[in-house]
Amino acid sequence: MTVNALAKEDFDPASVVTHDPVVRVEAISKHYGSVEALRSIDLQFERGKLTTLLGPSGCGKTTLLKIIAGLVPATSGQIVVNGRAVTGPGPERAFVFQDFALMPWATVLRNVGFGLELKGMAAAERNRIARRYIEEVGLQGFEDKYPHELSGGMRQRVGIARAFAVNADVLLLDEPFSAVDEQNRRKFQEDLLRLVEMERKTFIFVTHSIEEAVYVSDRIVLLSPRPGRVSNIIDPRIDRTANPDDIRRDPGYLDVVEEIWQGLRHYAE
Amino acid sequence: MTLFGYRIPMMASLIVWALIWEIVGQLDVIFLIPPMSAIIAAGFDLVQTNSWQNATLVTIRSFVIGMALAIGIGVPLGVMMGRVKIIDNIFGLWVNIFVSAPLSALVPVLMILFGMGEATIVVTVFLFAVWIIVLDARAGVMQVPASLVDMARSYGASQATIMRKIILVSALPEILAGIRIGVIRGVKGVVIGQILVAVIGYGELFELYSRSFDMERFWALTMVLFAAAMVLSAIVENAEKRIEYYAGAR
Repeated sequence: MTVNALAKEDFDPASVVTHDPVVRVEAISKHYGSVEALRSIDLQFERGKLTTLLGPSGCGKTTLLKIIAGLVPATSGQIVVNGRAVTGPGPERAFVFQDFALMPWATVLRNVGFGLELKGMAAAERNRIARRYIEEVGLQGFEDKYPHELSGGMRQRVGIARAFAVNADVLLLDEPFSAVDEQNRRKFQEDLLRLVEMERKTFIFVTHSIEEAVYVSDRIVLLSPRPGRVSNIIDPRIDRTANPDDIRRDPGYLDVVEEIWQGLRHYAE
Repeated sequence: MTLFGYRIPMMASLIVWALIWEIVGQLDVIFLIPPMSAIIAAGFDLVQTNSWQNATLVTIRSFVIGMALAIGIGVPLGVMMGRVKIIDNIFGLWVNIFVSAPLSALVPVLMILFGMGEATIVVTVFLFAVWIIVLDARAGVMQVPASLVDMARSYGASQATIMRKIILVSALPEILAGIRIGVIRGVKGVVIGQILVAVIGYGELFELYSRSFDMERFWALTMVLFAAAMVLSAIVENAEKRIEYYAGAR
């Protein structure tokens, strides 16, 4: 059965075809002192697609995302973005944080425009762009509110608008919906799919929710824990033209969810 | 507070206590407590004297210089301690010793080091105020969420920009709280310093009035000082309130 296929240690990521890779992860390893967090990860992320890093806690998926973002240095290996090796953060990548990372003293407008502010863009110009993305994530009318006046879901919309506003090629999302309640989560996933469709950017998404991963992803990278390694790569191939409720009942969707769960369940014990 | 359905203003209790004082004073029980009316009269008299005005000038000058040094050194040191582990290790122990140490005991040593003049008072104010400012600035910087710093880095902010736009702004409520307590401690420092040195500013006046048993002026001076300390504290508190909306919300 698929159980063995998923759990096998000698899975070869090179066997998976990736067209036009915008981000290449080459032999990345990460040690925290004597703890090995990631062991020689090789991955490619296809332009315009949403790829999810999925795995149990402790598999290093957030660490890998932060290494790609340039926020955490790798112990060895390199990250190549648009054909260029990178060592730190860069304007071609934008990060969406699990805890939103909004400045509590700044309004929604200033928070969304903050990436542009740091680039030295004039206030009028960056406010214009910020307003456009505030509208795109459905927060028009909240421009002058402060983060503590917004719900968790609305705060993360601000975080996403800020990432979009800098017009990066690659969006890195670190469990963006984990601090959002369940009803809003589903709405968020649908909105995310709409944004992927509209913005034509590359999304790298970290989650520990199998359903979420299967629902939103073009490709799912399964990581195994301690040390983190790539244990499998799955392309769900869900028909997204159907309406969201039908997708969640679709046998193909449910099969992929089950297949991944079978592969991961032995880590849960 | 309300009493029998009437709203009583905040300071009303002060009037009651002043009345009790007046009665005790009028009864002439002990010479230490002259009537409140006589003290107030002495107060009006006092603030018009040359010696009081000169003493006030000297006191304010030492206080302002001492506080400026305490804030100018305390805030950067606290911020550095919050950001850099090795600086925290070097200074942490000393700051924690001095913040609770009975600093009045050091003033005689300071007199030997800095002489019987204003310099000693300035150093006393500085030593009274600086430690709590350092500790609060450090605490403020340490509670800055790591993700906020990561966020600024991921959008290309330099270390200087992160310091200016994220860390200092985020730590501002704690920094101001430290300055407020520092101001209160600084007032203690300036008075204790002057009394121990005893030849400048209010210290000289206190010495003069208590030695000549001029209790009206002694109390008038004390009350002027108490009022000044409260007003100063209220000013800083007011500044704190302006930024409280986000301090409470983060």
